[in-house]
Amino acid sequence: MAPPKLELAAEDGARAPSPEDIANASLALSEITVSYGEKPAVFSVDAALPRESMVAIIGPNGAGKSTLLKAALGIVPRLSGSVRIFGQELERARDRVAYVPQRASVDWDFPTRVIDVVLMGFYRELGLLRFLRKGHRERARACLERVGMADFAERQIGQLSGGQQQRVFLARALAQDAELYLLDEPFAGVDAATEKAIIDVLHTLKTARKTVVCVHHDLATVADYFDHVLLINVRKVAEGPTSTTFTAKNLQATYGGRLASTHIDQLKLSS
Amino acid sequence: MPDAILSALLLQAGYNAALVAIGSALLGIAAGAGGTFLFLRKRALVSDAVAHATLPGIGLAFILMVALGGDGRNLVGLLAGSAVSAAVGLLLVDWIVRHTRLAEDVAIGSVLSVFFGLGVVVLTVIQSMSSGRQAGLEGFLLGSTAGMLRQDALVIAVGGALALAVLVLLRRPMTLVAFDPGYAAARGVRVQAVDLAMMALVLAVTVIGLKVVGLILIVAMLIIPPVTARLWSERTDSVVLIAGALGGLAGYLGAAVSASAPNLPTGPIIVLVSFALFCISLLFAPSRGVLAAAIRHRRFQRRVHRRQGLLALARNEPILDPLTLKVLRRDGLIRPDKVATDAGRARAAKALRDERRWDVARQMHQDEGVSGGYDGLTAIETVLTPDEIAAIDARIGTPALADKGVV
Repeated sequence: MAPPKLELAAEDGARAPSPEDIANASLALSEITVSYGEKPAVFSVDAALPRESMVAIIGPNGAGKSTLLKAALGIVPRLSGSVRIFGQELERARDRVAYVPQRASVDWDFPTRVIDVVLMGFYRELGLLRFLRKGHRERARACLERVGMADFAERQIGQLSGGQQQRVFLARALAQDAELYLLDEPFAGVDAATEKAIIDVLHTLKTARKTVVCVHHDLATVADYFDHVLLINVRKVAEGPTSTTFTAKNLQATYGGRLASTHIDQLKLSS
Repeated sequence: MPDAILSALLLQAGYNAALVAIGSALLGIAAGAGGTFLFLRKRALVSDAVAHATLPGIGLAFILMVALGGDGRNLVGLLAGSAVSAAVGLLLVDWIVRHTRLAEDVAIGSVLSVFFGLGVVVLTVIQSMSSGRQAGLEGFLLGSTAGMLRQDALVIAVGGALALAVLVLLRRPMTLVAFDPGYAAARGVRVQAVDLAMMALVLAVTVIGLKVVGLILIVAMLIIPPVTARLWSERTDSVVLIAGALGGLAGYLGAAVSASAPNLPTGPIIVLVSFALFCISLLFAPSRGVLAAAIRHRRFQRRVHRRQGLLALARNEPILDPLTLKVLRRDGLIRPDKVATDAGRARAAKALRDERRWDVARQMHQDEGVSGGYDGLTAIETVLTPDEIAAIDARIGTPALADKGVV
């Protein structure tokens, strides 16, 4: 009896981006490998994410989604691979990128107020010596306004709910006025009102021709929120427009047995 | 004794006492402000390892200076030696955390004890040297201000001013790294370098403070003022300023108290004064203080009892809890014979109606923003708009409530 034919998980996952792809991409990753100890968390991931789009990075728990984002920004060291942002080296493109970390990554009892957190978005342009001016405060307030948190400007951050914390982090990223926004699980554990507020802001960013990349965990909203997906599970499984790449077959390849087929049936998938 | 303290406070207790008071105050300012970021980074104990790691450097610097034919007690030479060995200890802690699987507490514990042990051995060797008997190096363990010179005060003043200048220059990167190291790295801040700068700041303060408080107690001057300041403020920059002020105050008061009587050790007294300031703050600080928390808890408890009592009144249930009865009586909501007053009946009806409104609101709004606002106490008017409440009332249907005499 002939052995069962091995099938590649996804054809579009196998192709590495060309130099033109990298130059045209907002965020281009080439053969990124990150390892904690001697077990790779991310292995040789290539991606060329399009400009002016909403991109979701999708995969199961422990698939290395957050790690990939951190490696792209140099927050965790890469074992191999390179990063290009709008065709530039990472260090040259720092001002064009805004990062929204997971809100659980910081101590919310830190002595700082909501407005101070947003003002942190200006620290890089201020450098070491220049003082914060009234204009900065006004800009920070405007950013809080955009996420619906203007009334909370003077609050200590420890008094915020989870959803409010997430909005404050988003406001800090908005203060940077960047071109590429990288968000780590922005919708994790937030209430429906916050989710709506955040997605509205992200859509206005896209309208303003910015690029938004989210590590995302809720498969049910992928098709509604995002126009491009990157599926990873330590390795890249597939990448492409949501309309062609967010398929049952690719999801099965990404999640393996962890995703019940009944669950897949309920998703708005492309065929 | 009070006279003696007063004259010391006014710098009238002699030249040496005045020098010590000024030097201690300057040291306190630098230590309090310099220790704040380490405290906010939750790495305060690294300063203990750094302080203990100064000891072998002091001893070795002494031996080296004697071997070169100089005076082994030269302060600048001794401090330079202590700085070098403290830096080695600091880098070792950093290396252990980074390159082994050991956690920071283990790294601190081992570096602290090994360096201190090595230092004690070196001091013992010096004791047996012919020129070592009068070295007086033990003074660096707990501080000795008896023979403090103008030069010593000057070292503290210059070193402290430099440390504060670095603090002002690096306040933003240090704030970013202490609050959110991931975001700091994403913005191109070199987190490891900023961490080392934080430590170097503490190292500098430790070295200049050796003479006054000694290496065992300097950690108290680095940690207690920031912890105290945190009780008073919710802003990073004011925590730094308050910590500096409290440290300076403790240094000045402590030095004055120790000058008021013979044989009172300066360093330990400064630490005790600092601790007294901490205790006062812990009790009386607004919002984060123990008393404020107790008062808040008491108020909250009374609110709960008042609400429960009102709902019981509205439902004609008997009230048995003595505290509930006390609260209702004191607010004039019930009479001494436990019968509701007019005001009590009105408030009870409102409480019951709000409960119904919440029930409906939770069905209408499924999101956390509304249902999370319901804790049995929050007034519905603070969460929903008048229009929304009117819509809810329409759904409840007034007649049903009117039947029960509630509206």
